[in-house]
Amino acid sequence: MTMKSRFSCLVGALGAGMVVAATAHADITVISFGGTVQKAQVKAYYEPFTKATGIKLIPGEYNGEQAKIKAMVDTKNVTWDVVEVESAELVRGCEEGLYEKLDFAKIGDKKDFIPSAVTECGIGTFIWSTVIAYNADKIKTPPASWAEFWDVKKFPGKRGMRKGAKFTMEIALLADGVKPDDVYKVLATKEGVERAFKKLDQLKPNIQWWEAGAQPPQLLAAGDLVMSSAYNGRIETAQKEGKNLKIVWNGGIYDADNWAIPKGTPKREDAYKFIKFASEAANQKVYSSEIAYGPTNLKAIPLLDPKILPELPTSPANLKNALACNTKFWVERGEDLEQRFNAWAAK
Amino acid sequence: MNTVEDAMKPPAGGREVPLKVRLRRAERARTLGYLALIAPLAIFVLLIFVWPLISLLQRSVDNPEVSAALPRTVAALHGWSGHELPGEPAFAALAADLEALKGTSELASAAKRVNMELIGFRSLLLGAAREMPLAAGKPAKDAMIELDERWGELATWQVLARNRASVTPYYLLTALDFAIDDTGAVINAPAERTIYRAILVRTLWMSVIVTFWCLLLGFPVAYLLATQPPKVANLLMILVLLPFWTSVLVRVAAWIVLLQNEGPLNTAMVRLGLIDAPVQLVFNWIGVYIAMVHILLPFTVLPLYSVMKGISPTLMRAALSLGCPPFASFWKVYFPQTLPGIGAGGLLVFILSMGYYITPALLGSPKEQMASYFVAFYTNETINWGMAAALSTILLVATLALYVIYARYFGPAKVR
Repeated sequence: MTMKSRFSCLVGALGAGMVVAATAHADITVISFGGTVQKAQVKAYYEPFTKATGIKLIPGEYNGEQAKIKAMVDTKNVTWDVVEVESAELVRGCEEGLYEKLDFAKIGDKKDFIPSAVTECGIGTFIWSTVIAYNADKIKTPPASWAEFWDVKKFPGKRGMRKGAKFTMEIALLADGVKPDDVYKVLATKEGVERAFKKLDQLKPNIQWWEAGAQPPQLLAAGDLVMSSAYNGRIETAQKEGKNLKIVWNGGIYDADNWAIPKGTPKREDAYKFIKFASEAANQKVYSSEIAYGPTNLKAIPLLDPKILPELPTSPANLKNALACNTKFWVERGEDLEQRFNAWAAK
Repeated sequence: MNTVEDAMKPPAGGREVPLKVRLRRAERARTLGYLALIAPLAIFVLLIFVWPLISLLQRSVDNPEVSAALPRTVAALHGWSGHELPGEPAFAALAADLEALKGTSELASAAKRVNMELIGFRSLLLGAAREMPLAAGKPAKDAMIELDERWGELATWQVLARNRASVTPYYLLTALDFAIDDTGAVINAPAERTIYRAILVRTLWMSVIVTFWCLLLGFPVAYLLATQPPKVANLLMILVLLPFWTSVLVRVAAWIVLLQNEGPLNTAMVRLGLIDAPVQLVFNWIGVYIAMVHILLPFTVLPLYSVMKGISPTLMRAALSLGCPPFASFWKVYFPQTLPGIGAGGLLVFILSMGYYITPALLGSPKEQMASYFVAFYTNETINWGMAAALSTILLVATLALYVIYARYFGPAKVR
C-alpha cells in the first residue's frame, strides 16, 4: 500500500510538473481511497470531467490519514484540491479548520441529496457498508449474523477485522446481542465499552487485522481467512473478477464518504466544478454501476439498472437490520476509544 | 603557510610586535580558516538535526491551545482555589471568549485538547459556543449551567484551569502510563489503558533479541569473509552487500511472499511431510524477527569484518605453535580482539532496531508493534502531535541512556 501510494505520488508529482510546464491551465489533484474505488471514480468522474471541462485531473490515493492535510493547511502549502473523507473525520476537520465551508450554490440543490450527506464542509459522494464477507468455497452455509461470526466451532479459521476501534466496537456489541438501535447508547457507557472488549477477547486469537480496504478480498480469496468484515463494494468487485466471495447484509454498518476541499487551495473554483460534476445524478449513476456503493443524489436511484439495486447498501432489504455509523459519537470518543483499542490489541 | 612565515618575520618598520602576539594572530587566522571549512556541515547539522530535535522535545510539553482560545477565562481563573465552583466573573469570561471565537478552528483545537483529558468536553464547549451570546439579564453562571449541567461540575473547571498554562506534563505522563486525577495528583493509569510501559519494555526486549541473533549469525560470516582468500571473500562480500543495497520495503514484501500460508516455504514443508498443515510464519513474531535480523545483519557483519581484517593471523599461529589448543587459542587470543567490532555492530543494530517501524507494521500483529508504531499512529491517524512527540522523547531518552551505559562499561576505552 505504502509503496504503491508513494509511487503514485511520485508519478503525480512528475505529472504535475510536466502539465504545469506545458499548459497555463491549472490542473486539480483529487485524492481518494484508491483501489477499486478509484477505478470506478476514474470512469465515472475523472475522465468525463476532463473531457467536459478541459481541466486536467491528477488522481491520488491515501488511507484517510488527516495528518497530511493538516500539515498542508498549517504550512499554507495545499497541493490537494479535492479529498474523499469519511464522515467523522470530515466533521472533526471542519471544526478544526482543515476544510473549506462549502457554498452549496456552486454544487447543486441540497434537496436533491440524502439529508445526512449534506454537511457544512462536505457533500456525500457514496454510501458504503461494512459487512460480513466470506469465502463460499470454504463455507457452505453462510454465517447468519455477527454472533455467528464469533462461532469458531461452527466456522473454524481466522477472521479479518479492520484494525481500529471504529466499527470493531459496534460489531462486538452487535455480536453480543445488542440491537442496532441501541448500539451507540450502550457504547456510550463505561459498561458498554467493557462489554465490547470482553466480547472481542473471545475472538482475539482468531482475528487477523486488516488496514486497507483492498486486503479482505485478497486474504479471503487466498484462503488465509474464512470470513472477514469488509467494505461491500470491494467484495462485489472481487465477485465480478470471478472470486467466489459472498456478502451477509445482516448487521452491516453504513456510512458516507464525502468530497471536501482542503482549506486554502489556490484552485478552489476548479475544485467546486469537480464536486458539482461528481454530484450530478447521471455521473453518480455511472459510479454505482461500476462499484456497488449507493449514490447520495436521490435522482440517481431511478436511473440505475434495477438489477444492481439489491447489491447497494441503500436498498431497503439491506438497510433493514443495518446500523448507521454515528458520526457524532466517533468525533467525541474516537481518540479515547482508539487509544483503548490500541492498549487492548497490543496485549 | 604564508601566514606563519609572515608572522616569523619582523615587521617592516615601526614598533616591534612580540613574536608571541604575531604567532597568536597567525594561529587565529588558521583557526578561522578551519572553522570556515566545517561551517557548512555544522550549520547543516544544526538546521537539519539539532533544531528539529529541540522543537520535537518542546512539542511534547507544548500546550498553547487553551490559553490562545480562551484568554479571558484563563485570566479569570487565575488564583482560583479549585475546591468550589468559580464565581460569576469566570462564567462571564468564558461566555465572552466563546462568543468571540464561535466557529473558529482555535476554539475547536482547544476543545480537542481538553477532550483528551475529559471525554465529552469537546461537544460541551463547542455546543456552548453555538448557543452564544447568552440571553441578557441573567447571570452567566446560571445561564451556562442551564445550557448544560456539566458547567456546574467541579471537574469541568479543574481541567480548564489545569490547561491554562502554556506547558503541560500531560503528554509525557500519558506516554509513561500515568494519569492526572480530579484533584490534580499524578496516579498510575487504570489497567485497561496502560500500554506504553509495556511497549517500551517490548521495544527494548525485541531489540535485544534481534541484536543477539545478528551477532550470533554475523560473527561466523564476518570470520569467513576475513579469512578466505580474496577471490572467495569478494564473492561472499557481494552476497552480504546485495541485500543491503535493496530497499527495505522490497525485502519485507519478499518475506511476506515467502512466509505466507500458501507460500513456497510452507508448501515445501507440507510436501516434504515435515508438517501436516501450514504453520503461521508471518503476521506474528516469527516473521518480524526473521525479517529484522535479515535486514540488520549487514550492520553487524561489516564492523566485525573490518575489525577481524586488522587482526594478524600470525597471532593465532603463534598461540597454536606454543601449544595452546585450537578453541582456547581462538577464545583467548582471537575473540578478545574482535570485541570492539562486536560492541560497535551490536550497538548499531540495537539502536536501529529500537526505531523500527515498517517491518513490524507490515509483518507483525498488534502484539509485535514497537514504540515507533505508536509515534506514527499519533502523527498520522489522530493528529495528536503532542503524544507523538512525547513518545519520541521517551524513546530518545531511553536510547541515550543505554548508549551512556554502553560507553561506560563496554566503550572502546574499556575494551582496549
